[in-house]
Amino acid sequence: MTGALARIVAIAFMAGASLFLLAPLLVIAAASFSPTPVFDLPIGGASLRWYGAVGSLDGFWPALTLSLEIALVSTAISLALGTLTGIAIVRGLIPGASILAAALASPLMMPGLVLGIALLQFFRGFGLTQVFPALLMAHVVVTLPYVARTMIAGLSRFDFTLIDAARTLGCSFPASIFRVMAPALAPAYLTSGLFAFLASMDNYPVSIFLTDARMKTLPIKMLQYIEESPDPSIAALSTLILLATLALLFAADRVVGLHRLAGLSE
Amino acid sequence: MSAVVSDRYGLLARVRCHDLLARVRSRRVGLTLAAPALFVLIFLYAAPLAHLLAGSFRGPAGFTLDAYGRVLADAYGRSLVWNSLRLGLITTGLTLVVGYPAAFGLAMSRGVLRSLFLASLFLPLAASVIAKAFAWTILLRSHGVVNDTLIFLHLTDKPIRMIFTQTSLIVGAANIFLPFMILPIYAVVAQIDPRLTEAAATLGSSPARAFLRVVLPLSTPGVIAGVALVFSLSVSAYVVPNLLMGENYPTLATTIAKAFLLIRDPALGAAAGAILMAIGLAVVVVSNRLSEQGGSTK
Repeated sequence: MTGALARIVAIAFMAGASLFLLAPLLVIAAASFSPTPVFDLPIGGASLRWYGAVGSLDGFWPALTLSLEIALVSTAISLALGTLTGIAIVRGLIPGASILAAALASPLMMPGLVLGIALLQFFRGFGLTQVFPALLMAHVVVTLPYVARTMIAGLSRFDFTLIDAARTLGCSFPASIFRVMAPALAPAYLTSGLFAFLASMDNYPVSIFLTDARMKTLPIKMLQYIEESPDPSIAALSTLILLATLALLFAADRVVGLHRLAGLSE
Repeated sequence: MSAVVSDRYGLLARVRCHDLLARVRSRRVGLTLAAPALFVLIFLYAAPLAHLLAGSFRGPAGFTLDAYGRVLADAYGRSLVWNSLRLGLITTGLTLVVGYPAAFGLAMSRGVLRSLFLASLFLPLAASVIAKAFAWTILLRSHGVVNDTLIFLHLTDKPIRMIFTQTSLIVGAANIFLPFMILPIYAVVAQIDPRLTEAAATLGSSPARAFLRVVLPLSTPGVIAGVALVFSLSVSAYVVPNLLMGENYPTLATTIAKAFLLIRDPALGAAAGAILMAIGLAVVVVSNRLSEQGGSTK
């Protein structure tokens, strides 16, 4: 009896949390159909004009391209680094593995602005003034903790004797990695890749110090748009990003199950 | 073992030697595997932060605590520290109170409901913090959705001023950081074997006692992870206080941005940054210590 009641209360909390989390997203989606040039809920009629306006925002395409490039490349680098280090940590191949694991996760708890300035001063000291390499290196630091946490969680649940078993059964070493280990780690890769990619795409505090007047990432452009003229094109852009993510989540749910992805986010 | 079996051929010594060699070899493999990430941690993270920290002590005449004095000596400077800490503490408390039962709700749900819940946790991560903060200004303003609902429900007769108040700040921050509380707790709670509470009940524990003695301790690692994450994210949040409060709620984070980007006072920015960094480091160290203690008592 109390068990059933506790269950209902807990699920009600989660339902409330879901509504609370989705509320601003619904506002963004609704505002994107606004017929007026004000970022507001549409009153009396809907319009798709802001979806057309997204592409003609000043400097939108270069900012989107830069953000996508930085996010994809930094996520790929972090996935590679995170997997290699994760194996070393989980297999106990290095001394101080638990300290290394904590150090890997710690940039997540460092204030982004602090990391941004620190990197800016450091890069300047080496005479590095190009935006792309500076941003890329900074975003590896930003994305690595997400990957490291999830890969360590995923790898610690992987039974490494399966690789030996596959090899005993005549599988070559690369084949045993790709056919045994990679599928077992697919949820970990999906979760960490998703979190890392989104963290990089949405990063403002680190990037603000490393961009210049000509090269800006999407979040920096977005804050600029909102401060200059908060029209619904930002809402339209956000809605498009949300729809793309929703499609990605649906596919991820079909392939591995969202609960397996979330189960690795410890 | 060695006391019983006579080691006539020095086999044990040889095994030990082989063991040692294997360990050395495995360390070499481990270091090689970890080398790229170590490189990133040392040269793109630890060294720049150490350099920044050193810069906060640098004045025209060498070593000085002047910048810290400017932050910590006057009331305004201390209010920056307090504003940051308060934002972090209230956001963490609120998200924990909502997120802890919600994580259990998520773990108990099945099928489509669970997928919907999970999507509602992942999806907001894809929406820019900037767009979400702006959406909250629409929801919370005088004739926004929240006030209209409150008036419709006769909970208030005239609109409550929420925007540019601490209410809007806390609501916005809680909204943005709630997934970072629920997800780590869920990841741990989902692994708790339900038979444990059944066993406790069979052994005569009341549900409340079973929860306090079995479930609560097992869920602690998730709580530590969630609290550490949400506190460190919210204490240093920049976009949220900037968009929802503007100049009305200066924090260490907004001061850093102002010092470096507007008023060009790098020593002040570095000092504010170093204080924030010290808070971040404290969170890392304390949360690590706590989760290790939790691990050893298991």
